[in-house]
Amino acid sequence: MLTIANQTFSSRLFLGTGKFRNRQTMLQALEASASELVTLALRRVDLNRDEDDIYTPLKASQVNLLPNTSGARNAEEAVFAARLAREAMQTPWVKLEIHPDSRHLMPDPVETLKAAEMLVKEGFIVMPYVHADPVLCKRLEEAGCAVVMPLAAPIGSNLGLSARDFIQLIIDQSRIPVVVDAGIGKPSDAMLAMEMGADAVLVNTAIATAGDPVKMANAFRQSVIAGREAYEAGLPGKKYTPQAEASSPLTSFLDEPA
Amino acid sequence: MSFHDVYNQLNPDQLRLEINSKQQSDVEVALAKTKLDINDFQALISPAAAPYLETMARRSQQLTRQRFGNTMQLYIPLYLSNKCTNICTYCGFSLGNKIRRKTLSMEELDQEIAAIKAMGFEHILIVTGEADGTVGMDYFREVMPHLRKHFAHISFEVQPLDQADYEELIELGLNAVLVYQETYQREPYARFHLRGSKQDFDYRLDTADRLGKAGVEKIGIGSLLGLDEWRLDNLYTAFHLDYLEKTYWRTRYSLSVPRLRPCEGSFSPEHPVSERQLLQLICAWRLFKPELEISLSTRESARFRDNVMSLGVTTMSAWSSTHPGGYANRDESLEQFSIDDNRRPDEVAVAIREKGLEPVWKDWDTSLSA
Repeated sequence: MLTIANQTFSSRLFLGTGKFRNRQTMLQALEASASELVTLALRRVDLNRDEDDIYTPLKASQVNLLPNTSGARNAEEAVFAARLAREAMQTPWVKLEIHPDSRHLMPDPVETLKAAEMLVKEGFIVMPYVHADPVLCKRLEEAGCAVVMPLAAPIGSNLGLSARDFIQLIIDQSRIPVVVDAGIGKPSDAMLAMEMGADAVLVNTAIATAGDPVKMANAFRQSVIAGREAYEAGLPGKKYTPQAEASSPLTSFLDEPA
Repeated sequence: MSFHDVYNQLNPDQLRLEINSKQQSDVEVALAKTKLDINDFQALISPAAAPYLETMARRSQQLTRQRFGNTMQLYIPLYLSNKCTNICTYCGFSLGNKIRRKTLSMEELDQEIAAIKAMGFEHILIVTGEADGTVGMDYFREVMPHLRKHFAHISFEVQPLDQADYEELIELGLNAVLVYQETYQREPYARFHLRGSKQDFDYRLDTADRLGKAGVEKIGIGSLLGLDEWRLDNLYTAFHLDYLEKTYWRTRYSLSVPRLRPCEGSFSPEHPVSERQLLQLICAWRLFKPELEISLSTRESARFRDNVMSLGVTTMSAWSSTHPGGYANRDESLEQFSIDDNRRPDEVAVAIREKGLEPVWKDWDTSLSA
C-alpha cells in the first residue's frame, strides 16, 4: 500500500483528466484504471455552473481529487490558485505546477520551490511537478512536500523514461514517495518506472488520447501492478559471467609470506 | 527522526543469519549488477564471497579509478592529547594504562604544525583522548585558529560533541568529523567501555545525526574491526550510511576500516580479522558504494598498504605518530597503538606513484568553508 500524507492508496496509478473526449469516457477510463487519485486543473473547473464537465462528475465518483495549478507562471499565481482550489474543492491536496513556458510546459524549479515552501506553511499537501532533478527533489523534500513528481519526458510527448538515470537517482535518495509524472507513453514505460522503484505514476495523454481509452486504462492498471510486484519481488540481475583468468594478479600477495 | 529509529528495527540475530546463509549464487547475482543494494552487500561480505575476491578486487579497482581517478588523498593525524577519562579495554589511552599523559600547549602545537607542514601536508586529522576538562570546547576554540592558518582541510577525531559545539567548530574552520561507533552491538560495547562518557552508546550513535544537522562538510563512520563480528558491524554501518546519505544529502561520507592492533594493556581482539577478510570488506564497500571515500591508516603494514592502495582505497595517512608532540620530538612512550607502516611521507608518496597513482596533498581550500 502506498501512503501519502496519512492517506493510503491500493492503486499506484494516478490519472490526469484534461484530455478525454467526453466525461463518459473519462469516467469509464477512471473505473478501468482503478485509480484512486485524479488530478484536475483548477482552470477547467467552472464553479459558476451547476454542472461542469470535469469537477462535477469526478466529485460524484468519490475518487480523491488532486487539484493542480496548471497555468500558473510563478509562485504567487500558483499559491493563489491553490488557495482557490482548496476553497472550491474542499481539499488541502494540490499538485503544484508552475510553467512559465507555455510552449513546452516546462516546470520552473525556482518558482516551484518558492511556492512549495509557502504552501506547506499554509497546511497544503503539496505534490510538485518538477524536472527529474535530484537536488531539487531533495530541496522539495526538505521544504515539506508530500511527494515529488519528476517528469519522465516532456509533458504530452509520450517519449517514455527519457530522464531514466536521473529518476533512478531521485528514487534512490528520496525519503518521500516518488511519482513519475509526464511523458509516459505506454504501459511498458509505466511498468519500467515501477520496476525501478517509483512509488506511483501519473498518466494522462497516453490514456486519454488512445484509440480506446478505456482499454488503455485497463492496460496501464495491469502494467503498474506488474511493475510494482516485480520491484517488490526483487529483479534478478544479469547472468554472472566469470572472467577466465588463471592467475590472481591483484590478490596473490595475500598468499605470500609477510 | 534519527538513526535510532532505523537501528531499533534491526535484528542482529536475523541479520547474522542472513549474512551466513548467503550462497555463491547470491554473490554472483551481486557481481552481475551495476547498482547494488544492501542485500548484495550482505552477499559480498559473507563467507560465500571469499572465492570471488580476485573478481571483486578487479571491479573495485575499476570503480575506484572511474570515480576518483588515478589519485590518492594523503593526510596525517595530529595527536593533541592522550589524556582520557574513559576506560576502553582495547585502547592505549585508556585511563588505567600507565603511560605519560600529555596535552599540547599552544607553543608545542605550533612546533607540531611546523614539523607537519615541512612534510607537505595540507589535510590534517586532529585526534585526542576524551577528557572534557582539559581537552574540551575551550581547548578546541584555542586550537582552531592555529590549525586554520596552516591547513586547507581539518578533520576531528575526538569525543562526540553537542550539535551547537559542532556548529561553532564549523564556524571556526572544521571540515570533517570522524566518529566510529566501534561496535553497533550494545552488549559487547558495554563490555569494552567500562568507564567514562564513552559508555553512552546512544549519544555516540546519534553523533552523525548531530553532525548532519550542524551541516558539517564530511562525516566519517565505521566500526573497529576485531571488537565484535566485523561482518555484522559493517552491515550496521551500511544501514547507517544509507540512512545518512538520504537524510543529510549535502554531506560527504567516508568510511574507515581500522583493525585492532596490539597496544599498551595488551588487548587481543576476540574476533580477529585477516588481511584477506579486510580486503574483501574494502572491495564489498566499493562495489556497494562507488562514491564512498575509503580510508586506510598506518595501522596496516607497508606491504599490505602497497598492495591494496589501488584496489578501492581513496585516502591514506602517510606516517603517524600517535603520541602528542611526536612529529617535532620523537618519543614512543605515549602511544595509542603501535603503527605498522613507519615510512616517512615522501617514501609513501613514492610507493603511491609506483602504483600509478598521484599523491594528492591538497584537495580543499579554506575559502570554500569561509
